[in-house]
Amino acid sequence: MTRFSAWSVFKNGLTGQKGWSRQWRDPEPKPHYDVVIVGGGLHGLATAYYLAANHGVKNIAVLEKGWLGGGNAGRNTTIVRSNYFRPGNREFYEHSLKLWENLSHELNYNVMFSQRSHISLLHSPGAIDAAARNYNILRRTGTPDAEIWDLATLKRAVPHLNYSPTSRFPIMGAAVQKRAGTARHDAVAWGYARGADKHGVDILQQCEVQGITREGDSVSAVETSRGTIRAGKVAFAVAGNTSRLWTMAGLGKLPIESHKLQAFVSEPLKPLLDQVVVFGIGGAHFYISQSDKGGMVFGGDLDWYKSYAQRGNLPIVQDTAEAAMSILPCLGRVKLLRHWSGLVDMSMDGTHFLCKTPLSNLYLNAGWNYGGFKATPASGWYFADLIANDRPHEKIRNFDLKRFERGLQIDERGAGPDPKLHG
Amino acid sequence: MIRINCPFCGTRDHSEFSYGGDGSIDYPALDATKEAWHDAVFMRDNICGVQLETWHHVHGCRMWLKIERDTLTHEIHSVRPAHPGLAAALSSEQEAGQ
Ligand SMILES: Cc1cc2nc3c(=O)[nH]c(=O)nc-3n(C[C@H](O)[C@H](O)[C@H](O)COP(=O)(O)OP(=O)(O)OC[C@H]3O[C@@H](n4cnc5c(N)ncnc54)[C@H](O)[C@@H]3O)c2cc1C
Ligand SMILES: [Zn+2]
Repeated sequence: MTRFSAWSVFKNGLTGQKGWSRQWRDPEPKPHYDVVIVGGGLHGLATAYYLAANHGVKNIAVLEKGWLGGGNAGRNTTIVRSNYFRPGNREFYEHSLKLWENLSHELNYNVMFSQRSHISLLHSPGAIDAAARNYNILRRTGTPDAEIWDLATLKRAVPHLNYSPTSRFPIMGAAVQKRAGTARHDAVAWGYARGADKHGVDILQQCEVQGITREGDSVSAVETSRGTIRAGKVAFAVAGNTSRLWTMAGLGKLPIESHKLQAFVSEPLKPLLDQVVVFGIGGAHFYISQSDKGGMVFGGDLDWYKSYAQRGNLPIVQDTAEAAMSILPCLGRVKLLRHWSGLVDMSMDGTHFLCKTPLSNLYLNAGWNYGGFKATPASGWYFADLIANDRPHEKIRNFDLKRFERGLQIDERGAGPDPKLHG
Repeated sequence: MIRINCPFCGTRDHSEFSYGGDGSIDYPALDATKEAWHDAVFMRDNICGVQLETWHHVHGCRMWLKIERDTLTHEIHSVRPAHPGLAAALSSEQEAGQ
């Protein structure tokens, strides 16, 4: 595999781009692996990479039923930020952001991480006070780039929002995280896949896990569409399909529901929006940024009813378009190019699980709600640490399945135990 | 759009309704154990396939309904009032009408 460098790009430019090789192998499954990771999305691939790179684990396989990054990995709106406030989440997402800042170098793969600012619009004096309280928490706990902007500052940065004082929710200011931004989701999946492959990880596509073989309280093998694979340790990182795998393992219920979330991209436009802008008030929920190709990438709420279908429904298209028009009326004539939906693993408190399970050699990575893209590096980092050492790191101690029994809910939104309300 | 045949109002778009959640949960008695309440409040089967769920016809008759719906295809298999007394009254009325 060729290492990317300015020189290799230059040389291949002169020699007809003939010097590039495959970025990862396409091996046949071996009968046994020390660690089998189910799910070739971002979290599975990042976990494989860090298991090999940080912990020297050899003989790892990532099993993906479709193609790499065909799940939520390639369906999200690519927003990366660390403005979480609950203890545990705070440190976790800040660690993730720090890993993002060096990810292209770490992987020798351009993930196009663009720290273009994340701007949450505020519409009332009360909202400004609440945001100031939260962003002060960020500033006091290692996130110095959190700022509250007044209207004049916001207007200078994003001149073409709807600032009409007579709109239903007039804009009064914004809470801004400046190191937040976007990255290219496909490149993140490919970069981790390439990095993991370089360390000898077998990435097995078109390899669906259809059954879990148990020996007492441990897993001995997984039955796949490409045959039986025995495993020393098994790790689930399958997002919205978690409950199905959990059932295959004979483990009963989980504090998770599968829902679908849609996203949208417009025809490409000339540069229009330099930041991620978020509008959320009174039932509206909308976030938008512009991709490097010029498409406006945006999304809103999930479809409000539980679903395993990876296709969206029309009422949300209308809601999202209405929110777009109320905040960026200049988009009125812009054509929608594509819209799609992904299968999100909504948890009971809106926070994820990175934990051991009732089976001694089975590990769980799930419950990412709408927010698992930004979590990718830290999720892989700590999940690998958990699998390698068979104990949770101090930082992920509360991301276990038993937290509700202890009376702990890590609920950023304060929405209560109703999965569809977290986002 | 999912179309839901409300027993009181007829077939309507799902956007008139609000989704409640898993309708198979039996909430325990108020003095039941902590564990029983934990399971009812936090734990879900999260079925891929036909599940029983609650919907509220919030922009219609405002009745709560129990619906069997396929979570993969969104096909609806049955709709009945969530209140068992109403469901029984409706079905005996239907029988009387036959
Ligand atoms: C529309 C949308 C917008 C989003 N926007 C954002 C955002 O802006 N910012 C953010 O931080 N997060 C966002 N998210 C959330 C984020 O995309 C997810 O939380 C994250 O991608 C989940 O991790 P993953 O990539 O590993 O999941 P996935 O990519 O879904 O990986 C799981 C993989 O497991 C595979 N799999 C499932 N079952 C099996 C089986 N039986 N055998 C083998 N393989 C199996 C699937 O095929 C899939 O590839 C968004 C999600 C969606 C749907
Ligand atoms: Zn009705």
